[in-house]
Amino acid sequence: MTKKMLALICRECGKEYPTQDIHVCELCFGPLEVKYDYAAIKQSISRESILAGPTSLWRYVDLLPVEGTHFIGKYAGFTPLVHAKNLGAFLGLDNLYIKNDCVNHPTLSFKDRVVAIALTRARELGFETVACASTGNLANSVSAHAASAGMKCYVFIPGDLEAAKVLGNLIYRPNVIEIEGNYDAVNRLCSEIAGERHWAFVNINIRPYYAEGSKTLAFETAEQLGWRAPDQVVVPMASGSLLTKIWKGLNEFKKVGILDSVSTKINGAQAEGCSPISTAFQNGRDFFKPVKPDTIAKSLAIGNPADGYYALKTVAESHGAMDAVTDDEIVESIKLLAQTEGIFAETAGGVTIGVLRKLVKQGLIHKNDVTVAYITGNGLKTQEAVVDSVGRPTRIQPSLKHFTQTFGIEEST
Amino acid sequence: MAKLRFHIRYPEEHIPDPILYQIGKEFQVVTSIRRADVRETTGWLDVEFTGEADEIERAIEGLRLKGCIVDPIELNVVE
Repeated sequence: MTKKMLALICRECGKEYPTQDIHVCELCFGPLEVKYDYAAIKQSISRESILAGPTSLWRYVDLLPVEGTHFIGKYAGFTPLVHAKNLGAFLGLDNLYIKNDCVNHPTLSFKDRVVAIALTRARELGFETVACASTGNLANSVSAHAASAGMKCYVFIPGDLEAAKVLGNLIYRPNVIEIEGNYDAVNRLCSEIAGERHWAFVNINIRPYYAEGSKTLAFETAEQLGWRAPDQVVVPMASGSLLTKIWKGLNEFKKVGILDSVSTKINGAQAEGCSPISTAFQNGRDFFKPVKPDTIAKSLAIGNPADGYYALKTVAESHGAMDAVTDDEIVESIKLLAQTEGIFAETAGGVTIGVLRKLVKQGLIHKNDVTVAYITGNGLKTQEAVVDSVGRPTRIQPSLKHFTQTFGIEEST
Repeated sequence: MAKLRFHIRYPEEHIPDPILYQIGKEFQVVTSIRRADVRETTGWLDVEFTGEADEIERAIEGLRLKGCIVDPIELNVVE
């Protein structure tokens, strides 16, 4: 195939740049994204070519921003799409599906997708050191992928992060740097270090490539539904990037002839304790007001989201909706998903299911709609959120008599 | 000389104030607005500051003292 990436293009003014490690337009400071040669891609991609590819996100390589085939994160993606019949029955939905990134490889969150793309592209651009600023899933994924790829790795974290989350990085032996000070100070320092060092900061100077990894959730969904776009999706929002890229992915599939049509309603989910984007939607605004996060859904706690404006635009374009749920509703929804479908999601998953329930109640998602809820991380990572609400084991004496008495079971003869 | 890029938000009550002009008078920095959205209820600017690094630092602190919120151009980078 001829070169598929034509340029990086400014999402605001349209100025084009070479496909290097840059992320902001020099002219208007707008964010850059990858511009593809869809006509050329259409010539090489087909349902058959995808089916012949590996059972990972790399089966969609024609629509991903890498040039070679030396992939990092070879097993990321292609997670199960579960027909959620029990949860669907509870909610009154006949065609509810859960896209289960709880079991993504290697670090059990959707970040394995974006990091696989980012590190592969970083190495293509000549980087041997990767970095990120993170409070959780992103750091885990960058650390693990860097370890397997033999790349140097720097992970910047706030100084007050919980011990379990720090351990999730240290085990891979990256350089973990705890920064004293509040979140804003950490944020600013990381941006300055990214400008100073010639490193591949996955979500800063490599962001145009990194963000494209999220499209694979849309590609897989369409393929796993039998080459059709869903009627409705519910997507958790942190920076808002994931939601915009699911929309982009579905439309790219249509553009290159993989899908016949796309009329998916894209719905966004946030926690009430950090809901700048959904609040803007509820108030009918096309801009959001940044907030100080205060929610148990830490992986969505981005108060000043980089793609918030674009998420609002996407939801408006697709005629979707947004809503937010309380921390109590998040916990209840984590339990509901676990107890109906056997899937233990992290708090972001509780946000998705909670908002799904609200949208159904509001009559915005209908019984027959093919609906996909995106579960982006594993509950084992945020056990503290539910530890006080799942009860205790039933304790018995070590005798058959106590067991049968406790559970009211007749002794077998 | 350093060049640094920031996203500056005005609190609603300060939207009519010429804050960036004042900063240019109070500190030895040159400001270049690249994008902006100023309305009755919200106001933000994407601005490049040129000057000595320490002076830019003082100018940013000056903006904060005037009630502005100053973020990196990328907004939140901690994910």
